[in-house]
This record gives sequence, structure tokens and C-alpha cells, in this order.
Amino acid sequence: MKRIIVLGATSGIAEAVERKMAAGRHELLLVARSPERLAVLREDLLIRGATQVLTFVADFDSPADCVRLFDFARQSFPDFDTVLLAYGSMPDQEQCKHSIDLTARQLHTDFVSAACILTLFADYLEERKTGCLAVITSVAGDRGRRSNYVYGSAKGGLSHFLEGLRARLHASGVRVITIKPGPVDTKMTAHLPRDTSFASPMRVASDIYRSLQRGRPDILYTPRYWRYVMLCVRALPEWIFKRQHKI
Amino acid sequence: MSSQGSAIPVSSSVTSSVEHERLSWGRYPRVKHRQVWRVEWADQVPSILDHVPPHGLLPYGLGRSYGDCCLNAGGELIDCSSLDRFLAADFDEGWVRCEGGTSLADIIKIIVPRGFFLPVTPGTKFVTVGGAIANDVHGKNHHRRGTFGRHVRRLALCRSGQGTVFCGPDENAELFRATIGGLGLTGVILWAEIQLIPIAGSNINVEVLPFRSLEKFLALTAESDAAFEYTVAWIDCFASRETRGLFFRGNHANTSPSKPARVYTPRIAFPLPKGLLNGFTIKAFNQAYFSWKSWRRGSSIQPYERFFYPLDSIGQWNLLYGRQGFLQYQCVIPESAPALERILQTISQSSMGSFLGVLKRFGAAQSPGLLSFPRPGLTLALDFAMRGESTLQLLQSLDELVLGAGGALYPAKDARMSPAMFEASFPAWRDLRPYIDDKLSSSFWRRVTGTEPS
Repeated sequence: MKRIIVLGATSGIAEAVERKMAAGRHELLLVARSPERLAVLREDLLIRGATQVLTFVADFDSPADCVRLFDFARQSFPDFDTVLLAYGSMPDQEQCKHSIDLTARQLHTDFVSAACILTLFADYLEERKTGCLAVITSVAGDRGRRSNYVYGSAKGGLSHFLEGLRARLHASGVRVITIKPGPVDTKMTAHLPRDTSFASPMRVASDIYRSLQRGRPDILYTPRYWRYVMLCVRALPEWIFKRQHKI
Repeated sequence: MSSQGSAIPVSSSVTSSVEHERLSWGRYPRVKHRQVWRVEWADQVPSILDHVPPHGLLPYGLGRSYGDCCLNAGGELIDCSSLDRFLAADFDEGWVRCEGGTSLADIIKIIVPRGFFLPVTPGTKFVTVGGAIANDVHGKNHHRRGTFGRHVRRLALCRSGQGTVFCGPDENAELFRATIGGLGLTGVILWAEIQLIPIAGSNINVEVLPFRSLEKFLALTAESDAAFEYTVAWIDCFASRETRGLFFRGNHANTSPSKPARVYTPRIAFPLPKGLLNGFTIKAFNQAYFSWKSWRRGSSIQPYERFFYPLDSIGQWNLLYGRQGFLQYQCVIPESAPALERILQTISQSSMGSFLGVLKRFGAAQSPGLLSFPRPGLTLALDFAMRGESTLQLLQSLDELVLGAGGALYPAKDARMSPAMFEASFPAWRDLRPYIDDKLSSSFWRRVTGTEPS
């Protein structure tokens, strides 16, 4: 049985993973912005089998909230061993393109705030020499695309941050898992036209849950075939890549 | 940011996809929707109800209704299948309260290990609670426990202009009666509280008895209905000389499977070519099925999945019928009527029936639902691959037999009955009208009541 903290617990992917965790009878601390939705989620997961479910209301954009959350976790949910960071937002690139404000806010939510909160949890786990930090980034972070480079760069930055963190924590035995889903059929991607590349949250969740159980791999592409797709995409030379209008 | 919020306008907080086509299980008719709203949290429902024009919206679940009662041609759908959370449960008294989009599969998964089962379950577990209520579904134990709606303790509707309205047998009883079997038109079902039944084990003691005439079936059902919780018959509608079939009866056993059920389910990936299911292949299948089961007659212990949901083990079996889809015909006729014999004859002469013929005797238990389909008598359900005009004509001629016998058709399976047929089957439909939410309508409702959206 694990003690798991889920950051961004009301997101589509997170909820699907939480149901797996509940069925596995783990103990959970759920963190999100909406107290009403957290309350609904808590009851649901308890009925689905979770041993214990705590909730905490926090806005990850606010550093003060992050610190409050960390203190709460240490005091009320001690000895937690797994942290899943599942929040994120996908901006409308068209709007971001010419707005300093939107771009800055986006980078803050998807990269800066995540890096800050991971710093707090990394220190805690490193000291205890055990545990697992799993963070949902995106295949979009593997390459800067014209259609989505603000989101992509934030997620790419986060992936790099995790790469460094993994190396740092390796000696202490703390696992760091970078989760890179392809497009998933959730409310974050609501504004995008659906095509066959969209995976269901359940599919992605079972991959994530399995990797949390095992503490590996370092980088999880889900569904799995994205590993090979991105291998090809990354291999495209820049002089070709910059001329691609569709991606 | 964790992508949720309370005061976000509809456009950004709710998934609306025009790309995703929504079909019914029969894949006929194919209609276009202006918009499909996907909600993930109940707090998003009111804003959508407020946004749509009058008669513009219909709640949609898992799309397991066969015809057009889950479709809203030219209008909008609110896809509630992600409203699937448990809100409360009491495993001493045996009830659960869950959101309207929760599937029966999800409920079963939670309640079976705790020693409970659904009081009533249809032939697939992939329906939502909201859909089960809106169509007041029935199961193999109708003769004992009546319809699904009889076991709803309380429910919450989101209605335009009114917000959340609670109802139950003793609370807003009229609205409750209208909502049971109300085809989703009385409001979006936010949650419902379902009474469960205790079971000693999850297995079912099953007995299979072949029969070779309608009289034999009637004798079997008369003999079995008192002693068995579940009774149903499969009939071979291709056997022209005789009415033959297999009678299944079962009770909950006090044992459970020693190992968990197989998880792998094959899935049909694309509509099969239409020639594949023809008179010859179906006849061969029916013959083989009948012979195999007759040979294996007698008692056995089965896991509940196999007894209740044999078709759920093939993903998207509706694609068997090819691109054009299929129609399911389910009627109920008073038991005394000899019409059933004639209906079966007409079907077997047409050679258009399929391998899924089901016969069952409904009991007398009255549903609270105003527009509930089950009533005392014999019910027959049968699939017909859609082959254009000839199929529609055959069903039309069956309508006349059903109508002549004083029977009725099941809205959840219908895509074509005439307003006159509906009037005869459900004379109470005018009483439902005052309870229909102004913002809601469906293809089915407009068709059978002869009203067009304003």
C-alpha cells in the first residue's frame, strides 16, 4: 500500500489514475482548486476502495499555496512515498502568440509552478531516501512545434528539469518518472478536433498506474507507440522541420 | 493550472466536439447533431441547459438505446457519460447513490464484492443509470421485481430555470413518475439512488431446457416463474416448421468464481460486409447453437457475466450488421393472444430475422413510470439487419399484428414506429407533456408525437 499525493486531482487523467489507486486500496491526498469537486471525488474514491482520502485546496500558481500544501502534507499525510503531478493547462496558441501576459502565465503554470513544487517534494523524499516523483509532461515537449510551442516549451522545460532531478536523486534511490502522453481525450484538449491519435484517459491511466507501481521507466510514453513516433519526429532535421506547416 | 474552475464560461469549461458523431446502438438512423457537449462535472450542466434554445438538447449516455430515442437530429446532445461518480453508498441497507452517467458495469464492479447485486439488469451492463431510468429498463427477473424504475429510491434532475429538483416515490411523485421511462425529457438526471439486492455469491445456477413449441414455452415459463429469479428464452426464428428455442432459468448461487473472470474481450473493429450475415449463416448458427445447447441441457453454475451479459463479451457486436446498421423490434402482447404465433410465422417466412431472438413473460408488477413499456404479457425482441424498404415493410406488417393484439412497442429499441402505433402503445404520453423540460427534445419524441422543433 502506498501513500500517494496527486497534484491536480480533478484533471481527467488524474481521476482515471486515482480510480486505479482506489481499487488498489492506496491512501491518497488529493490537491486541486475546487473544494466542491474535491469533496465529490473523495467520496467516490472511498466507495471505490481507497483506504484513506484526504483533500487539500490549493492554487498551484501561488507559491504561498505550494508551501502551505507542503506543510500540510508533511504534518497530516506523513511518510507519503509517491507524488503524481497531473495538473497543466493547454493555452490557445493563437491567443498566446502576441500576448506577453498569456505566454508568461502559461509558462508559469506549466513549468515554473511545477518546478517549484517539485523542489519542495524532492528535498523531502531525498532525505527519506525513498519514493517516487511522477510528473505528467507531454509528447508536445519533445519538439517545439509552430502550432503549440508555448505549451510545448513549458512541458519540454519541465521534462528537462525532471531529467536533471532524476540524476540528482538517483543516488538517494528516489525515482523520477517523466510521463509523456500523446493527446488524450479530456477537457484540457476540449478545443482540439478529435482524431484517431487521441487516447482514452483510462488507457493512459493504466500505463501510468503500472509505472508508479514499479517505479520505472524513467520516461514513459503512453500509449507506447508515441515513443517511436517521437523518435522519428526528433530525428527530423531542423531545416525540414521548420517547413512543416501541419505539425 | 489544474484545469477546472467554477466561473469559467461554457465554451472553455466544457468539451464540445462537433467531430464526434453520436450514434445509437443500432447505427440507424444516422443523424447530424449541431453540437455535442461533454460534461465532466455536474456543476457544468446548468450553464449548458441555459445556453441552448428551447427543445434543443437531449441527454446522452453510452448510446445503447437502439433507435433514435437517444438522438436529437439537428439539435444538441449533452454527453453525460463522464458524470460517473459514486456520491454515497450504504452497504448495510444496500443502496448506492451515483451520478447519472455511471454505468451499470461500474456499479456491479463495486457492489458484487460487497455481496450485493442490481435488483434489475438489462442484457448489457454498458448502460448508464440515467439511461436505465429514462427507458425504465427490465431484465430476466421482470416477473419478480418489475422494472429498474421500481428500485429507484430518489433522484436529482437538473431542469432549465429550476436548477436541481429532487424527486422520488414520496417527493415530487408526479415528476418522479414522469421521469421513470420519461425518455430523458424531464431534465438531466444528475444522480439517482438505487436499492440493491443482497446475494450470497456472484455465480448463477443456470438450467437450460430446449423446447419445440410455443405451448411448451408457455408451460415452462408458467412452471418456472415462481421458483426462479431469472427466466428467459432464446428462440430460433428461422426454424419454419416449429417454434423451437432454449429456455434459461436461474437463481443466484451461494458461490463465487474461484478466479476472476477473463478480462480480455475481442472487439469488432469495423462494420462487417453486409453479405456476411445472411439467411444461410444465421440458419447455420441457430442450428449449431440449438444443437449444442440441447446437448448440454441441464444445470450448470455460471459466473454472472456469462449469464446476464453474453453479448458484452464481444466489443461493438452491433458492427456485425454492417454499415447500414440494424433495427431491433421488441413488442409485448397480452398472453392470451394467438398473435405471437402469427408474428413468429411472419418473421420466419420473411427469412430476415437474426440470431438474437428473445422471448420472456413479463410479470404483473406495476412500474411507477408513466411511459413504462413492460406490462403483463409476452415480450419478443428480435434484431433485423437494415436492408432498406423491405425491412421497414416487414416491421410495418408486424406492427399491425401487435396493434391488433393490443400490444405495444418498446421506445428504447424503436427507430420507426408511426405516431398511431405510439398513441396505441402509450396513450399516457399526453400526461407526460407537462413535465417535459422546455429545453429538451429528442428525434424519437418529435417523430412519434408528430411535433417538429420550433
